Amino acid sequence: MLSFLLQLVQLLLVLLLAPLLTGFVRTLKARLVGRRGPSPAQPYRDLWRLLRKEAVVAENASWVFRSAPSLVFALSWLAAALVPTFALDLPLLRAADLIALVAILGSARFLQALAGMDVGTSFGGIGSSREMMIASLAEPAILLVIFTISLFIHSTMLPHIAGFVLAGEVGIRVSLGLALIALIMVAIAETGRIPVDNPATHLELTMVHEAMVLEYSGRHLALIEAGQMVRLLFFVSLIAAIFAPWGIAEASTAEGVGLVGIGLALYLGKVFAGGLLLALFETGIAKMRVFRVSEFLAGALLLSLLATIFLYVSQSL
Amino acid sequence: MIDLLLVSILASVLALVALALIALLAGPPAGGFVYGASAAASAAVAALATLYLAAGAGTPLALVLPLGLPWLGAHLALDALSAWFLVVVGTVGAAAAVYGVGYGRHTDEPARVLPFFPIFLAAMALVVVAADAFTFLLSWETMSVASWMLVLANHREPGTTRAALVYIVMASLGTAALLLCFGVLAGFDGSYAFADMRADRPEGWLAGLAIALALAGAGSKAGLVPLHAWLPLAHPAAPSHVSALMSGVMTKVAIYGLVRVLFDLVGEVGWGWGAAVMLLGGISALLGVLYALMQHDLKVLLAYHTVENIGIIVAGLGLALSFKAAGLLPLAALALTAALFHVLNHGLFKGLLFLGAGNVHVATHEREMDDLGGLVHRMPATAALFLVGSIAISALPPFNGFASEWLTFQAILNGDRLPMWPLKFLVPVVGGLLALSAALAAACFVKAFGVTFLGRGRSGAAMRAGEVGPAMVWPLAALAGLCLAFGVVPTAAVALLSPVAAALAGAPFPTATDGISAAEWLFLIPLDPGRSSYSGLVVLALVAGVSYAGVLAIHRLASNRLRRAPAWDCGFPDASPRTQYTSSSFAQPIRRIFGSFVFRAREHVEMPEPGDFRPARFEVEIKDLAWAWLYAPVERLIAFASLHLNQLQHMTIRRYLSWMFGALIVLLSVVALVG
Repeated sequence: MLSFLLQLVQLLLVLLLAPLLTGFVRTLKARLVGRRGPSPAQPYRDLWRLLRKEAVVAENASWVFRSAPSLVFALSWLAAALVPTFALDLPLLRAADLIALVAILGSARFLQALAGMDVGTSFGGIGSSREMMIASLAEPAILLVIFTISLFIHSTMLPHIAGFVLAGEVGIRVSLGLALIALIMVAIAETGRIPVDNPATHLELTMVHEAMVLEYSGRHLALIEAGQMVRLLFFVSLIAAIFAPWGIAEASTAEGVGLVGIGLALYLGKVFAGGLLLALFETGIAKMRVFRVSEFLAGALLLSLLATIFLYVSQSL
Repeated sequence: MIDLLLVSILASVLALVALALIALLAGPPAGGFVYGASAAASAAVAALATLYLAAGAGTPLALVLPLGLPWLGAHLALDALSAWFLVVVGTVGAAAAVYGVGYGRHTDEPARVLPFFPIFLAAMALVVVAADAFTFLLSWETMSVASWMLVLANHREPGTTRAALVYIVMASLGTAALLLCFGVLAGFDGSYAFADMRADRPEGWLAGLAIALALAGAGSKAGLVPLHAWLPLAHPAAPSHVSALMSGVMTKVAIYGLVRVLFDLVGEVGWGWGAAVMLLGGISALLGVLYALMQHDLKVLLAYHTVENIGIIVAGLGLALSFKAAGLLPLAALALTAALFHVLNHGLFKGLLFLGAGNVHVATHEREMDDLGGLVHRMPATAALFLVGSIAISALPPFNGFASEWLTFQAILNGDRLPMWPLKFLVPVVGGLLALSAALAAACFVKAFGVTFLGRGRSGAAMRAGEVGPAMVWPLAALAGLCLAFGVVPTAAVALLSPVAAALAGAPFPTATDGISAAEWLFLIPLDPGRSSYSGLVVLALVAGVSYAGVLAIHRLASNRLRRAPAWDCGFPDASPRTQYTSSSFAQPIRRIFGSFVFRAREHVEMPEPGDFRPARFEVEIKDLAWAWLYAPVERLIAFASLHLNQLQHMTIRRYLSWMFGALIVLLSVVALVG
């Protein structure tokens, strides 16, 4: 019973925390470049404002365009809710392992890219085409990272992986370091951050994700933005759950409730640390040309393959 | 009772042959009856085979009919493997036949299609139940020739005759390779019955030769790279319900031949062959999807995707062979189950997609994606069903394509337990190839669905199209329903496959439960619940529930107002639908990444000077490497041989006699040397 309660808390937590993380990164980036910037709570206000506006839909948009936002949001939210954040014993975690989580996000992207082509404008097409190009290189990289992790831990189940790392059986490994770097590179590409894509751009030709959702407005846009925020939180939680699971509560019994509190506090700390690093990184680097992205992601792909091979070599020595 | 099962299946096959005769005699007016009855017979085959598998597929059923070669007879047998492939043939066959009831009216020359359709179905079913080399090859050739006739049905369309020629040449070469393969398996004094081949298995280089020949023969039919180049010519040239059968079913029958030889008849296959098969599969998957991405003809795109999916299946088979060679039988069962599950899944969604392409063709007379667009408004049912197929083939949850690819990845993730070092390194590489091809497949189907069905119509034909009749929608709906069913409850397919895995991999599927009684069918758990588990149904229920509840809440609490307005497009909407992204522009980023070394892509841009009113021209040239490296030399060889062999046809009687005498001497000396 308690575990179902925790699962519910987790579902609500990721939903409520995601806009704050995005707002936090935005504020921090503004401060870093010397602006005052909006309050970290601004995304909540933006979302609520968008939700209450009427949705303007292009004349020849079909049901694909209209149903995509809610499905994309639901898929992203589900993926984020299936990553253990502050407790391990969540009943839904068994529904999808890491590979399935990546694929759930893949489904969301698929629908999003289709919606981008639905109205029949050239910007929608350019966004969809580039998004799928980036995804087609990012996904194999992330699967190879999963491969490396699974070689250590013999599992693709996140609670199991987190528990294994918590038990201290891994230690510091070169392969895991490479896998971490590759995963961060992929996460940057998948969440459309600088240097792959610029979430704050107002120049259409440099847009990838923003060009794809150009036709959306009102509540549809709110759902898509919320989905994008949840997706960022998903990757931060994922990296935390695999590479820094410390503090995640293992017990769901009565005495575990105190641990859950500690887990929650530590999780918030990890998320904001992640946001801080992201803001620092984004401020310090320039966006790259869209055709350099393939080199960036091929680098991630090769790093993760190298991680696997290093692991075999180190095991044989 | 169980013998009755095999007899009933054979009776259904016989009924299909009879239907072909009826079609021949009664001609096109009997079209509806022939297609309807073919559907019933195929459905019966599928149902009986499912029954056999669900009952646990006890001892194989065998039957020897006094037909064929006098000293051999026709051996027929039904075991778990045959039954599984009969399920695939029957299910997709039935859907394609029902579709034929509606589509048959739209074919130009129905008399060229009608008699061969049931024969094609019957031959595919017979290949699968044949239990001796003669019956197998006879059915295989019948299957090839029937499908060749069906490809030629549209002989007036440009390019069809060339496609048919390439097809028949490749089919003949493939059959020749299989003939030699069975010759090696039978040995010098062996019998051609499969049971005798099992009793006396080849060893050493003979086994290797048999494997190589089987890979060439069955692989060319299945469309394995580099023997695939005929496939994207021939499959799209046929009428759409035949394309569905050729791509969805006939390639699977070829996979059946491969599995039969590799896992059953040869028996002991070294891990080196496992590695080779795995690598071949991975390369086929990647090249197949890359070539598919470059296509702008909807049916050719689908045909190239068959190459990709065959690659995924074959990679799974190679992995199973490697695990089996290493003695890791449960893992071999996992990989084999994944591959055979994908066989069914690909049959279902490729059938669905080709039938959908048929609907588009009927409604618009167009296969060129760049002249389509906006069909979602005018063909809503076809669009929705095609979308289901697109998501399924892109290996995305909650549909079936993901379930089988997930199982394949689970098998790949256990590659580190293989003791052979080269395999340890190869398995992650193949895993990367499969992951890359799955992700590219998603890109490809965003393109295929987006350009064909979404956006604005690019031609008059696309603007005037209307939805097709119900007989051409319901079969698609049935296939889409199965895609969803096997996606959310993949355990059903895994349970049906367990006798196959037990028989061929030597161990049952390594399923595990986590002690929760309801979880057995709800969660797909290979090996160990701490290792991996997946439940399509839970994912589907959560996504549906969350999105529905979310929409309700937003409509209730925030806003449900909606206004239609002209497209925004950054303030500069262009009235011409030609400004939309086309299939080639969509694929351009990927062409730039892989183009130079995979396709030898060349872009010709002709940009007139300012003030010059000529239209600008842009051309892309893509080459399938298999043509340049393999097909062209073979073509030249055949042309050379036929030119010179032509002399044999006008010689004097003296020279003919001396040639015969020489041949006799050579054969006698071979017998003397070997005997």
